[in-house]
Amino acid sequence: MIGARMATNTPQAAALNFRLVSVDPSGAAMAVPWREDLVGDPDTGVMAGGVITTLLDHVCGLSVSCAVIAADGGFMEFGMATLDLRIDYMRSAEPRREVIALARCYKLTRSIAFVRATAYEDDEANPIATVQAAFAFTGPRPSQGAGA
Amino acid sequence: MSQDREERLAAMLAAIPYMKFLGMTAELAGDEMTAILPFAPHLVGNVMIPALHGGVIGAFLEMTALCQLAVREPLRRQPKTIDVTIEYLRPGRAQTTYARADVRKIGRRIANVHVEAWQDHRASPVAALRGHFLLSVPEAEGAKS
Repeated sequence: MIGARMATNTPQAAALNFRLVSVDPSGAAMAVPWREDLVGDPDTGVMAGGVITTLLDHVCGLSVSCAVIAADGGFMEFGMATLDLRIDYMRSAEPRREVIALARCYKLTRSIAFVRATAYEDDEANPIATVQAAFAFTGPRPSQGAGA
Repeated sequence: MSQDREERLAAMLAAIPYMKFLGMTAELAGDEMTAILPFAPHLVGNVMIPALHGGVIGAFLEMTALCQLAVREPLRRQPKTIDVTIEYLRPGRAQTTYARADVRKIGRRIANVHVEAWQDHRASPVAALRGHFLLSVPEAEGAKS
């Protein structure tokens, strides 16, 4: 439910037609369809890296929400901010293909979440890009109470 | 030549659909380029603050790096992004964002570019990017390898 909301709740995600693929405590996956107006290299028709950056940032954030709910048993009232995002591009995305991004939050601390993610078309083992990201919570996590 | 620079930048801004999607433009003062991202409602990632989507800021920084490389010298093809590290320093508010890129090193095949984005004050950046970009290998050399 939270995943479905996050897929379309923010104007930028709606503008890019993000689609929720899967969501569970171990991670989240979302997809962005190829569109003519999102092309970054007119010579090849490949979607702009920025579209994939946005998808990756978005799905990383969603995976943190999922991890917090799984760990704390409650929906978070706080927000979070991306601290940094490191993206390695292994290859170009294939033109006219939907791109999927799968993110896993592998460590939560009181104030920071660490996430890895991969972008691909069909197979996670054949990545377009991989990501390492850190997020900071802007308020206390549910398990730590309002005063923590 | 400054006119060539202007032409290369204008050609790039006109050719890339995604830059139009963002609504991004750029201005040249000699060899110094400032990229401009006017605020638009579809760029918002957090409606509560409201703040620009972090991905949009990252995309704007990356595009600024690519534009700066195009301004610097004629390129046969658009450089390919190898890696980028984006650091988020402050929320990107619902207002115009600016960015400037600094080509720290340009070799035969790889360029290292740093970019910084700001809103009200350049001394208070909202985000920074460091990245490596693969330049197209000249025809003769590409055929050999």
